[in-house]
Amino acid sequence: MTTPPPIAMLAELTHRCPLSCPYCSNSLELQDKAGEMTTDQWADVFRQAADLGVLQLHLSGGEPASRPDLVDLVTAAHEAGLYTNLITSGVGLTPRRLDALEAAGMDHVQLSLQGTNAALADRIGGYKGGFNRKMLIAQEIKARGIPLTLNAVMHRQNLDDLDRTIEMAVELGARRLEVACVQFHGWALKNRAQLLPTREQTEMVKRTVAAARTRLRGVMAFDFVPPDYYADYPKACMGGWGSAGLNVIPDGTVLPCHAAESIPYLTFEKVTERSLRDIWYDSAAFNAYRGTDWMPDPCATCERKEVDFGGCRCQAMTLAGNAGATDPVCVKSPDHDKVVALLEEVDAADAEADFTYRVPAG
Amino acid sequence: MSDPLNLKDADVPRLPRGVRLAPDRVRGGTVLLAPEKAVRLDDIGVAILGRVDGAASFGDVVSGLARDYNAPEDQIRTDVQKFLTSLRGRIYLELA
Repeated sequence: MTTPPPIAMLAELTHRCPLSCPYCSNSLELQDKAGEMTTDQWADVFRQAADLGVLQLHLSGGEPASRPDLVDLVTAAHEAGLYTNLITSGVGLTPRRLDALEAAGMDHVQLSLQGTNAALADRIGGYKGGFNRKMLIAQEIKARGIPLTLNAVMHRQNLDDLDRTIEMAVELGARRLEVACVQFHGWALKNRAQLLPTREQTEMVKRTVAAARTRLRGVMAFDFVPPDYYADYPKACMGGWGSAGLNVIPDGTVLPCHAAESIPYLTFEKVTERSLRDIWYDSAAFNAYRGTDWMPDPCATCERKEVDFGGCRCQAMTLAGNAGATDPVCVKSPDHDKVVALLEEVDAADAEADFTYRVPAG
Repeated sequence: MSDPLNLKDADVPRLPRGVRLAPDRVRGGTVLLAPEKAVRLDDIGVAILGRVDGAASFGDVVSGLARDYNAPEDQIRTDVQKFLTSLRGRIYLELA
C-alpha cells in the first residue's frame, strides 16, 4: 500500500481557553502554556506541512486567540502557502485583531456555537458573557466579508434548538453550517448521560438537516456529523487512519486524530524531535491502522471496508477496549450489544445532572 | 430539468472570497481551495475556471471554450452548466 500525502492539518496552538465546554475535543491531560511550541517552532511545522502536501491548515486550540502571537502564526501559515482557517469561539478576538488577521492572510473563520441564546450557550460553555461577545465578533466578521462557517456542536441539551440554529447561521451570513453532533471521546465521554441525544432527537436532526439542505441550496452549505451511536454503520473516521489528516498538539506531539492519545499502547512522536515527514510516513503510530491489513473480521471480509475503514479506532478503544476491533457502532461488530445497552440507558439517564466541565490538569 | 442555480448567458460568474485555484506542488495539477475543502480539478475544470474571471459572462465562457476546443457550443454549454451549477450549490461560485 502506498501512503498518500496528508491534505489537512489541525494545529492545536494552545490548550488554554476561556470556555470550558463539557465536550471539548482536547485531551483529558490539558497542556499548559509553558509546554507550548514557540512562534518559530510552529512556523517551521507549517512549512514542513506544506512541503509534505498539506493544503488546508486549521488553527485551533483550546482558543487560538489565547496565543498573543496569533497574527504572526497566520502570517507564517500564509507564507507557507497554506489555506488558513481559524477555528475559534470568538472570545479573545477584537475588531483590531480581525483586521490584522485579515491583513496577514487568514482565509476563513470557523466560529463555534454552543447554543442559540446566552443562557443556554453560557451554561454549556461555562463562561458567562461568552455568547454576547461571540455575537459581537460574528457581526464584525460579517461586516468584513470574511468567509464564515458556523460550527454548531449539537447534543441532547440543544438539539431542540436546531431550527433556530440554522436561522442564526443564515442571519450571520455563514456560507457553511456544520451540524456537528458530539462524538464521545475524552471530555464528552465524562458527560455522555447529559449529551447523548435521544432516538427522537436523532431522527429529527436527520430530517431537519435534509430539508434545510434542500431549502437553502445555493445560500448555505451543510456539513452534517450525525450522532453515530444510532447508526447501523460507523463513520469513516478521518477518512481512514493516517490517510488524509494529522493533528499537532501544543507541545508538538503529532497525532492521527485529536482523540488518539486515548489509545494507551501507541507512542506518539514530537515534531520537535523528528520531522513531520518521517512521523507521517514511518512512525509506528501512524502505520498502526493504515490501510486494511490490520482489520479483524467482520471488517476484513466486509464490502464496506474501504467505505468506512472499520470506523473509529478511538471509539473501538472506548467501547470494546481494543483499538484494533471493529467500531462497535457497526451492526456487524461482535461488540455491538454494548452500544445497544448504552442506548437503553439513555432514557433512564439523568440528563439534568451537572456537567463535568473541562479543567486544567494537575 | 431546469435548476434554479443554473446560469443564464448574461450571468457573470466569479469565485467568492475564500475560494481560489492553486497549484498542488506536491501531487501536481491544480486544486480549488475553499473553506475547509480542497477539490482536485481535471483539465476541463481548470479550463472552465481559467475563464471565470469576474468579467466574462457565462455565454462568453461557453463560446470561448467552444472556440478553444473546436467543439459544438451546445455540448460545451451542457458540461459547463453542470460544473458551475454544482459549484454554486456548494457556494464555491457566485454571480458578480
